[in-house]
Amino acid sequence: MLADIWTVFWRDWVVLKHRMTAFILSRMVAPLLYLVAFGWGLGRSIQTANGASYIDFLVPGILALNSMNISFNSVTPVHAERVYHKSIEEYIIAPIRPYAYVIGKVLAAVLRGLISSAIIIVLSYAFGAHFTITPLFLLVLVLNCAIFAEIGFAAAMFLSTYEQMGQVNTYILLPMSFLCGTFFSTKALPDALRIFIDCLPLTHTSYLLRGIGSGAEVSLWSVGVLLIYLVVVFVIGGQAFIKLRN
Amino acid sequence: MIEVKNLRKTFPHKDTKNQKAEKVAVENLSLTIGTGEIFGLLGPNGAGKTTTIRMLTMLSRPTSGDILYDGKHVDNADDARKIKQMIGVVPQNLNFDQDLTVGENLELHARLYHMNREEREARIAELLEYVELQGVINDGVRQLSGGMKRRLLIARALIHRPEILFLDEPTVALDPQVRWRIWELVRRLANDGATVLITTHYIEEAEELCDRVAIMNKGKLIDVDTPKNFISRFGRFVAEWRDDVHRDFRFFNSREEARQFIGTIDAASSIRKSNLEDVFIELTGRKEGL
Repeated sequence: MLADIWTVFWRDWVVLKHRMTAFILSRMVAPLLYLVAFGWGLGRSIQTANGASYIDFLVPGILALNSMNISFNSVTPVHAERVYHKSIEEYIIAPIRPYAYVIGKVLAAVLRGLISSAIIIVLSYAFGAHFTITPLFLLVLVLNCAIFAEIGFAAAMFLSTYEQMGQVNTYILLPMSFLCGTFFSTKALPDALRIFIDCLPLTHTSYLLRGIGSGAEVSLWSVGVLLIYLVVVFVIGGQAFIKLRN
Repeated sequence: MIEVKNLRKTFPHKDTKNQKAEKVAVENLSLTIGTGEIFGLLGPNGAGKTTTIRMLTMLSRPTSGDILYDGKHVDNADDARKIKQMIGVVPQNLNFDQDLTVGENLELHARLYHMNREEREARIAELLEYVELQGVINDGVRQLSGGMKRRLLIARALIHRPEILFLDEPTVALDPQVRWRIWELVRRLANDGATVLITTHYIEEAEELCDRVAIMNKGKLIDVDTPKNFISRFGRFVAEWRDDVHRDFRFFNSREEARQFIGTIDAASSIRKSNLEDVFIELTGRKEGL
């Protein structure tokens, strides 16, 4: 099983190595824009509740949304491999366990998400942000990457067209990017919307990263929610891959 | 030995009234393929050949029926993994990993079949030489010609030294020269002891390569025999005639019988030795428009 996971991961690693420079450069664009526009620009006129600078509030949110986007989009080529190139059939025919494929793909996406997060962390320090990185901070980042990689995998298994994959970005990821405690606290939202938003994984990632980063106490309940998402979406994606044969 | 018993595959589809219906792709297919045999599945497009090969290679689950490899059932998860280790598949579509080079595609396949590094490196070099693609190991697969891609597909399928090789329309849309080279490869494989199952709608290919041929049409098995037996069963000679619109033919056991028949018809006609194509057309009932 471990060897099979490594094989699937190895394939994505080889592809990433081919494009590492382009990957790193392209991953700098969005965070730079966020930091300039919301950190330097808009941020200088915003007062946070505890008096800290807005950029300190913003950076954990950017990390959360960026790791979500990168991890999700790292797995979406699986959709083309299933629907268009049919190269996924090589894995179905091979004597490997289906879950090895899912885990390998998710781990590769986590790696991409973490590389992207590392770029943001470096840029954020360069922009003068203050936050602490602890093992729990990194664990939350890994969990966030894994959850959204799994969501991307499940979408790649269920959806039929490129257009539908794009709709997941438009209707799910984009609203989450803005509403899940990334740019502002969810306390500012109306109750009904806030309760819904508080059920989403990105909200818990934002809370956790912000809390851990500022040295405040964090709710282990949020870690629990992320773990529940991790397991549930993993099983959904895995079962969908197994059912491809049917 | 591969045993196929009462295999059936249906797909959901919408009928002409847009109601949910069932489309039968393969119906009650039973076959036995012996070890070391080159076995052909011959049929027109839509005959069910690819669906059959997809079920045999565990890419698609049969609606009903059984598939056994040396007595092992594909529905048993542990047996299925052992069977997968035994088989190699050359699919109809060029399903390479587009983001990897030629060498990386082969390495990925070798890793999926649990080959260690030394084995992988030696086997990749050996196979690239076998299919005469040594010079392109570091090229992207997108850069290869159609014929090179087909040969690479064969090399990929052979990496783990499968005992049984499935080739789904391996020469479709290829130049005659490339087709000949692929036939040569298949013959060499069979000489090395592999069992080969090949689907084709090129009758010449089946006649040239196969020890036995199963003729399929509309999801059903019509008949199985050796190409030679098929021809001798139907008649070694064919009288062929044509009017302004149609061509038609009839089998005869001797040239003399065919000559006598031709004397009775008033149309442009000829006598020739029969071939598998004549048998195929006779069995699949497609004389019209010949």
